[in-house]
Amino acid sequence: MLEIQPDPVLKFPESWHRHHLLDLESLSADELMTILNTAAAFKSETHGFRRKLTALQGKTCANLFFENSTRTRNSFSLAARRLGGDTIEFTSAGSSIAKGETYIDTARNIEAMTADIMVVRHSTPGTPLRLSKHVDCCVVNAGDGPHEHPTQGLLDIMTIWEHRRNFEGLTVALVGDIAYSRTARSNIWGLKKLGAHVIVCGPATLVSRHWEDFGVEVVYSLDDILPRCDVLNLLRIQFERQHTRPFPSVREYALLFAMNRERLARAKEDILIMAPGPINRGVEITPDVADGKHSVILDQVTNGVAVRMAVLWLVSNARDRKECRR
Amino acid sequence: MTRILIQNGRVIDPSQEMDQQIDLLVEDGKIAAYGPRADHVDQVIDATGKIVAPGLIDLSAQLGEPGREEDETIQTATAAAVAGGFTSILCLPNTEPPIDSQASVEFIHQKAARANNCHVLVAGCVSKDRAGKELAEIGSLVEAGAVALTDAPRPIQNSELLRRALEYCLMFDRPILSHTEDWELSHDGVMHEGKISMMLALPGLPTEAEDVMASRDIRLAESTGGRLHLLNISTASSVDQIRRAKARGINISAGIVPINAVLTDECLRSFDSNYKLNPPLRSQEHVDACLAGLADGTIDVICSGHTPRASEKKMLELDLAPFGMVALETTLGFVVTKLIEPGHLDWISALAKMTIHPARVLGIDRGTLQMGTVADIAIIDPHASWTVDPTEFRSKSINTPLAGWTLRGRAVQTIVAGTPKL
Repeated sequence: MLEIQPDPVLKFPESWHRHHLLDLESLSADELMTILNTAAAFKSETHGFRRKLTALQGKTCANLFFENSTRTRNSFSLAARRLGGDTIEFTSAGSSIAKGETYIDTARNIEAMTADIMVVRHSTPGTPLRLSKHVDCCVVNAGDGPHEHPTQGLLDIMTIWEHRRNFEGLTVALVGDIAYSRTARSNIWGLKKLGAHVIVCGPATLVSRHWEDFGVEVVYSLDDILPRCDVLNLLRIQFERQHTRPFPSVREYALLFAMNRERLARAKEDILIMAPGPINRGVEITPDVADGKHSVILDQVTNGVAVRMAVLWLVSNARDRKECRR
Repeated sequence: MTRILIQNGRVIDPSQEMDQQIDLLVEDGKIAAYGPRADHVDQVIDATGKIVAPGLIDLSAQLGEPGREEDETIQTATAAAVAGGFTSILCLPNTEPPIDSQASVEFIHQKAARANNCHVLVAGCVSKDRAGKELAEIGSLVEAGAVALTDAPRPIQNSELLRRALEYCLMFDRPILSHTEDWELSHDGVMHEGKISMMLALPGLPTEAEDVMASRDIRLAESTGGRLHLLNISTASSVDQIRRAKARGINISAGIVPINAVLTDECLRSFDSNYKLNPPLRSQEHVDACLAGLADGTIDVICSGHTPRASEKKMLELDLAPFGMVALETTLGFVVTKLIEPGHLDWISALAKMTIHPARVLGIDRGTLQMGTVADIAIIDPHASWTVDPTEFRSKSINTPLAGWTLRGRAVQTIVAGTPKL
């Protein structure tokens, strides 16, 4: 049984002003730390989400998913409900053309059901940003195509932070399909802001040299970088987003980039192995590594609820406070 | 006989290398005299402080009609043209059905006559049904009045077809207008491929998609001796290839949509579909190369790239929204504000690229104020400052990234074959 208790006295961080969370690219290091600290506070105050809070009581959080998702959608729903909010679920895979209604009209309809926060997933980059110009409520990006997935980036970063407490001097490698990965982009921006050294590693057809312009190391060989990595984040190959095969076969990919026992033996003793779900066992990661002692994959999922609670609370409160000042 | 005297204006006619304060008499639809006395005139237009130029000629307007009347009609497009100082616009054949038959050419001419705003010239299809497979009946199209052949905005992917078309057109002395883009390379691209597209994770239109086709086109123009005009270029390599081809004496010309020489792909960071253009807004090095190409004469023509699209289409997701912007009403102001005033082009060379050069590409007796020619005239207030408000457009569509911009320079009178239209 969940016990419902009065909220812990969480003080709203005065430095937070955003009504939307659209990306990590535009966030400052301070803003990132505000989210992480808030998420950590929610996680401990609820004893790992076993208590329900009231911070979002009376608020409605609409999950507007134009692309299929189970874990992110459920994670957002749980986060909203743990904070005492109500949720609306709207899942509609397919484009505006297929439905005959523009995504903007769909969103306005949902907003008319008095949504305070809209959590948006869409297969096209920039759609949450465009929506934020057409609705009054808060907009949280839950993944816009290959562009960004800010709460995924945050939960990855929170997991690293829990294990290491410090980003300076830390080397984090993102391995795999960088080109089509929203997780990669959100991690890159967030980790760079917090002072980590970021490496992107994968087939040359999926790793752009332009990342070097942002101080990111671009490497094509996983074996070359293994001994100096503190964290490996193994990204899934996004076959569904690619119109031509960027490498000859899955077999060859696994040969070059799969994290397996042999490679793990050459890595640092305390390396963290991460992966944004869903994982493809045998492609980017072998089962023994996925389930082994270095793996923090399930911590990531748990922290997902915490960062989403933090984000929902921060954006909706920032909006309320602005309304009050009007 | 109607006599109109245009007084006290600064006449700039690049075809005669003329830039002087002089009065101009229009008689019976023709340029009749320079500096005459004002007796027995029906109308006097005071052009004090204004520039009197040949009416602008556009080589790349999409008119929507027939088939896409929700975007534009010949009536609204020609009204927009006149408001923008254009006296002749070339209708691209991407109508539905496409302009690949005499009947289609005649339909456009009839509708244009009924609209009675400006001259509408017709570009016929190079290929049947604009499908890029076999030649359209080019001879019949020319007989019906088509002044150029093109499949634009669709590129001709089949090199053999383009080669044959260039050869075949030698019989009619008509140019082929080419939109240079390799579809295999550009695929489902949305914006210029580079650092910004990588950040935004938007599918890219790589420069090579244009470069390799420019290279092919130039080679085929050289070997066939056909007349080829590259409609709208946007890359540093295209500019460079054209510059070298001209130096070698190859008979080609090139045009540009002026926004490609001004704005960069940074604009796409807004994810606003009004910046989704083809050719796409590219990175600074390409913008700089285009500016240099305009300045040294490598790029002969400035065209509007007028692509009206109904707002419900532009409201779609960025990958689904169509390319293009409306431009007939903003091109002149944009050129004055962004190319002339900053000193990239002087008035006479900028106007040349919008009057006599496009006329020469088509081989028509327009774009000039020489005595005896048809009196197509734009009277321009070079200092008029105005704010772009799409709700005031005469065009049926409002898809422009320039909404809210303050531009300087505007047509205050557009005279088409001797008749004032504004």
